[in-house]
Amino acid sequence: MKARIFNPRGGVKPDSHKKESSESPIRHVPLPPRLAVLLIQGSQGSARTIVTVGDRVLKGQCIGEAEGADGTAIHAPTSGTVTEIGYYPMAHPSGLSSQAIVIEPDGEERWITYEPLDPATADRDELILRIQASGIVGMGGAVFPSHLKARSNIKTMIINGAECEPWITCDDRLMRERAANVVTGSAILALLTGARQTLIGIEDNKPEAIAAMRAAVRNMEPVTRKCPGAGKMNVVAVPTRYPTGERKQLIQVLTGVKIPPNERVTKYGTQCFNVATAHAVCRALLHGEPMVSRIVTVTGNVERPGNYEVLFGMSIADLLAFCGVKPDTTRVLMGGPMMGFALPSLDAPVIKGCNCLIAASNELFPPSAPEQPCIRCGDCVDVCPTGLQPFEMYWASRTKNLDSARRHHIFGCMECGCCAYVCPAHIPLVDYFRFARSEIRARDEEQKAADQARTRFEFRSLRLEREKSEKAARLAAKAAETRAKAAAGGNAALIADAVERARTQPPAQDNAEQDHQK
Amino acid sequence: MLAALFVMTGIALVLGAALGCAAVYFKVEGNPLAEQIDAILPQTQCAQCGYPGCKPYAEAIASGEAEINLCTPGGDDGARKLAELLGREFKPRGAPAEKLKIVALIDEQTCIGCTLCIQACPVDAIIGSAKQMHTVVSCYCTGCELCLPPCPVDCIALIEEPRTPQNWRWKYPVTGLGVFT
Amino acid sequence: MSSPHIRRPASVQRVMMTVLVALLPGIVVYVWQAGAGILVNLAIATATALASEALMLRLRKRPLWIALSDGSAIVTAWLIALILPSIVPWWLTMTGVLVAIVGAKHLYGGIGQNPFNPAMAAYCAVIVAYPALMSQWPSIDGVDFATQLHLILGGSREIDGITGATALDAMRTGLRNQNDVRSILGSGTGTFGFAGGRGWEWIAAGYLAGGLFLLVRRVITWHLPFGFIAGMGLMAGVFWLAAPNNFPSPLFHFASGGTMLAAFFIVTDPVTGTSSPLGKFIFAAGAGIIAWVIRTFGIYPDGIAFAVLLMNICVPLINHATQPVPVGQRKDSRP
Repeated sequence: MKARIFNPRGGVKPDSHKKESSESPIRHVPLPPRLAVLLIQGSQGSARTIVTVGDRVLKGQCIGEAEGADGTAIHAPTSGTVTEIGYYPMAHPSGLSSQAIVIEPDGEERWITYEPLDPATADRDELILRIQASGIVGMGGAVFPSHLKARSNIKTMIINGAECEPWITCDDRLMRERAANVVTGSAILALLTGARQTLIGIEDNKPEAIAAMRAAVRNMEPVTRKCPGAGKMNVVAVPTRYPTGERKQLIQVLTGVKIPPNERVTKYGTQCFNVATAHAVCRALLHGEPMVSRIVTVTGNVERPGNYEVLFGMSIADLLAFCGVKPDTTRVLMGGPMMGFALPSLDAPVIKGCNCLIAASNELFPPSAPEQPCIRCGDCVDVCPTGLQPFEMYWASRTKNLDSARRHHIFGCMECGCCAYVCPAHIPLVDYFRFARSEIRARDEEQKAADQARTRFEFRSLRLEREKSEKAARLAAKAAETRAKAAAGGNAALIADAVERARTQPPAQDNAEQDHQK
Repeated sequence: MLAALFVMTGIALVLGAALGCAAVYFKVEGNPLAEQIDAILPQTQCAQCGYPGCKPYAEAIASGEAEINLCTPGGDDGARKLAELLGREFKPRGAPAEKLKIVALIDEQTCIGCTLCIQACPVDAIIGSAKQMHTVVSCYCTGCELCLPPCPVDCIALIEEPRTPQNWRWKYPVTGLGVFT
Repeated sequence: MSSPHIRRPASVQRVMMTVLVALLPGIVVYVWQAGAGILVNLAIATATALASEALMLRLRKRPLWIALSDGSAIVTAWLIALILPSIVPWWLTMTGVLVAIVGAKHLYGGIGQNPFNPAMAAYCAVIVAYPALMSQWPSIDGVDFATQLHLILGGSREIDGITGATALDAMRTGLRNQNDVRSILGSGTGTFGFAGGRGWEWIAAGYLAGGLFLLVRRVITWHLPFGFIAGMGLMAGVFWLAAPNNFPSPLFHFASGGTMLAAFFIVTDPVTGTSSPLGKFIFAAGAGIIAWVIRTFGIYPDGIAFAVLLMNICVPLINHATQPVPVGQRKDSRP
């Protein structure tokens, strides 16, 4: 069936550089001497450790519970001993550290046993709980907890195999080699979300992956055929263009629905999952395997570029060393060259969102030319897939005119980097946008805190005022009573009264303290 | 010459009268000044300005009895905004505004439960009762330091909120070229 | 420096060089039709522009090489040389370029910051200051190079017999004298060609060819040249259809004066123009309409410079009114 394609505005076509890593099968990496699993896997939620130093753990055993609604659980990537719970650098542009559970492998790779769930008979809540318990998050890089997305009720489900960023090929290889699992996982997600139609979007520069996925859809296992959306599963080749792999972009390409930057995709009856996420869902439900590893593309300035199945917690430096990183590497990018970031520290362990590591040399990635003044040529406007005016946002951000930046929809920006890619003045536009956005967020936070403090201070002043007047009234009443008594029985009665009071009552407490006990 | 003078004077008088009438008849009932000032102040309620809280300080500025540069947490930024609002001259405060949020933390081992800090807190961010351990509700705490002096056992410390990926900020891009200033 | 870590090989320098290359066909035709004197003017203008740019950068303590090599000063210089009569004395070209680079560009903060098109600001300044010199256009093939050189570099100006009225001037004077368009065009003074000014129509064709090159190379979008031509064509067309004897045809307007140069090289200046596609169209159409009004009812030889400056003033307003909304968002929703 020929599916209809809707061409969105903007976008760019950088050199793909996919061949370097896409031509060899997924390889395994030998067990490293230790694995440091970070409690914070993305910038969203974190986990709470439930093991202590010295504990023996099995592969797949839960070692960190999800904290809060958007936290994700973490699991032991191999069997061994917990040797340390300490701070390790995060794979995050900030270079901050986070707590990590360090496991020394025993080399036996003994799995813990989880019962597989049959999606055809199991309860929906049960399935979703299992997804949560298996620590499944969006594997495309956003690391959003998948159980939250699986809970939505939608009409059309999009499975994202576009992989539009240059250099990255982990989804390509996954679809070529494990298409059946991806399709099964997609069918389960379709069952959970109640989708009546499933569209698998793959860029047309991956013909092998498209063929493998089409074959897998044809030969789908009967067990998953019971899922409602599974019957109408379609693999669609989409034109190669960056950033088609961004979820709202892909939804637009496949369905023609234009979703504004500030609205949720579910409002439009759609939801988008990455192919690797679908694969992880299949492994978790049908095989009882929580997320303990992922496929990482290691490419660029390395001797053996390719895709590697890497356990979470392996040090990125060790992984690069295994792939033969060349000595003239200047920095290492995590993610693609368009949206990824240079790792502040190579000691950071591999995390769930780590889809690609690119060793960059000055030949492969020449340093940017110096920034020149903007000439308002409008190239950035032409390529912006969201239809924003990047140069206006830039003027506002550069002058720290944060209100103006917000008016120019700076929060609609997805930081895809098309504008900076084409800018003839070599302006690091995305840097400016990131700066302005974090400033605006911080300012909003401060404003909120100040408003709250003001309300609380005013309330307290009011309360103190009220207490003062109540106390004054009480004292006045008592004084009046005393006067009345004195008038009635003279001083002797008063003294007897005071003595009586002193005997029966506990020592008088501080007034304020009583106030607080109220 | 004389005619020109008369004409100009006449115009000035008429326009002046019109403006005066407009000021009386079309008076905008805006926020009272003290409230606008209060909106600029950082609401730490720290009383370092010498007034018992942000609102009293705002009222003092509005009535003209206080300088605009007494607010330590607001720093130069805040003083500049006040100067702008009031049309007064900006006076530097010296110490810049503290960027990382600071909150009080009670060492719960040492706390004797005297409730003195609870009475000192301007935003009711400390909970606890007599002879019971107290604790700071850190999301309400403004880091004003008013709870430090009353504590008889010095069990309260001010700590910086830890940096997390959530509150970490991107820096202003440095071009290092001097193309702009 | 964060993402993206790759960049398309594009630069301001490349953009400006493309514009210069696109001007070449027009210049070649200019030399062929009106003699090589224009090359001297171009050289004077270029040298002045680079020298004054360097001086201003030095005074403003900015790095010299990046701004000098971006080519923007040369583009301004060439445009000024091309819009001035080709036999103006050397100091007039220099004055124009100095006004553009020093006054209209650097006093506003350099490239990217100027609200007014520098070349147009310079044109307005010199036409107001030296109206006589600015109206001395050489007749199209009556002046040899030696004479041109003498007029440009020398002091004495004996111009009788070598200058002639431009097509726009001749048309305006004729219409003022109650002649009709047909008789003016047929008066056979050697001023008019088949479409506009004799010879000048070919130069306009050269600019058109260069402009199409810019369109193909995506340096400019169609909205600006089309808007300018449409704005002028609409006004000229309506009046021409209503009173063909009193108003020349749109084709005459397109082929005379600086219409083609303006449509492809002047209103397309990104710095002083609007940003959204609709805004670009409004900006250019406005300039075209005003230019036609000044040509028809004004006293200046060509109204394009004033039209562009007037529209430059309106840019913030147009930008505000034509702010595009993000994909999928409705017009009325606020961020």
